[in-house]
Amino acid sequence: MVGTDTTTAVIWKEELMIEIHVNGEPMNLAPDTSLTDLLAKMELSGRRVAIERNLEIVPRSQHGTTRLEHGDQIEVVQAIGGG
Amino acid sequence: MLSDQQLLRYSRQIMLPEVEIAGQQAWLDSWVLIIGAGGLGSPVAIYLAAAGVGTLVLADDDQVDLSNLQRQIVHTTERIGVDKVESARQTLQALNPEVQVETIAARLEGETLAQQVARADLVVDCTDNFTTRFAINRACVAAKTPLVSGAAIRIEGQVAVYDPRQPDSPCYQCLYKDGDDENLTCSESGVLAPLVGIIGSVQAMEALKVLANIGQPLVGKLMLLDGLSMEWRTLKLRKDPACPVCGSGDR
Repeated sequence: MVGTDTTTAVIWKEELMIEIHVNGEPMNLAPDTSLTDLLAKMELSGRRVAIERNLEIVPRSQHGTTRLEHGDQIEVVQAIGGG
Repeated sequence: MLSDQQLLRYSRQIMLPEVEIAGQQAWLDSWVLIIGAGGLGSPVAIYLAAAGVGTLVLADDDQVDLSNLQRQIVHTTERIGVDKVESARQTLQALNPEVQVETIAARLEGETLAQQVARADLVVDCTDNFTTRFAINRACVAAKTPLVSGAAIRIEGQVAVYDPRQPDSPCYQCLYKDGDDENLTCSESGVLAPLVGIIGSVQAMEALKVLANIGQPLVGKLMLLDGLSMEWRTLKLRKDPACPVCGSGDR
C-alpha cells in the first residue's frame, strides 16, 4: 500500500536524523550535513565567523568536508575587531 | 648587567624562578610594537613599560577624546585633543623613565607597517578594525614576528597568540576570513570599562611569556571571555593548510 510506505518512510527518516547542539540549543539535522550546510541553514554563509566543534576550531577549508555527527557541540564564534 | 636600581624596581618578578635575571634581561633587551593606543593598548603599554620592556613603539593616528577616557586608562582628561601616542608616551615615561618609547602618530600601513613589524621582537595587536588586523597578520607572517592578538567589545573578548617562527602555528587568517564583513566598533556597540583591562592584561602577560620564553603561550589556542557569566573558554586552533596567508591557499 502506498500510504503505509509513506508512513514507514517518514519514521525511517526521523530515526536517521541526528541531534546536535548549536550555541547551546538542540538542533535536528539530516545525516551528512556539512558545516558549510549548517552555516547556510543559519544564514551565516560568507560571514566572518569561526566554527567550533567540540572545543576545536574547524579550519575553514574543511567546512565543506566536515560532516556533523550526532551529539556534536557546535558554537559559532563571531569575529570581533574592537580594541 | 642590571643596575641596583633595576634589581630593586624589578625585584618582585626577578624573584620568580621562571623569570630570574635572564628573563628580566630578555625584557630589557626587547623591542615591542604596540599597534593601537586605545582600550587594549592602554593596559598593554602600561604593563609592558612597568615590567621593563626595553623599547616600546606605539602606533595610532587618533587623538584623545572625552569618550575614550572611560576605558583608555593611559590617557588623562587634560590631554584631550593630544595625539594618543604622545599622551601614552607621557604616562609611560612617568611610570618608568628607563623605557624607550617611540611614537608613530599615523595609521601603520604598507611598507611602513612591514618595516616596523620586521624590526620588532613582538607585535601586540590592539587595533579597532579588521582591515588593520589582517594587514598586521600578513606582515607578521612575512617577517616571522610573533603576534599577540586581542579584541574586545561590549562585555566579551578574544585573545590568541600567533607565532610564525613555529611551522605549525596558525595565523589570524586561519581563524577568520578577510573580506568586507561588517565591523562592530566600540563607539557603536559599547564596551564595559574593565573588559579592555582584562583582555589587554592577558595580552601583556602573553607578550612577556613569549619574549622571555617562559610557560606555554596561547599559541594554537583561542581564548574567549564572556564577561556576563565571567566564563573563559579555550579552544584549539589549528593551522589551516589552505590558509591564503600562512598556508598554501590562493590569496
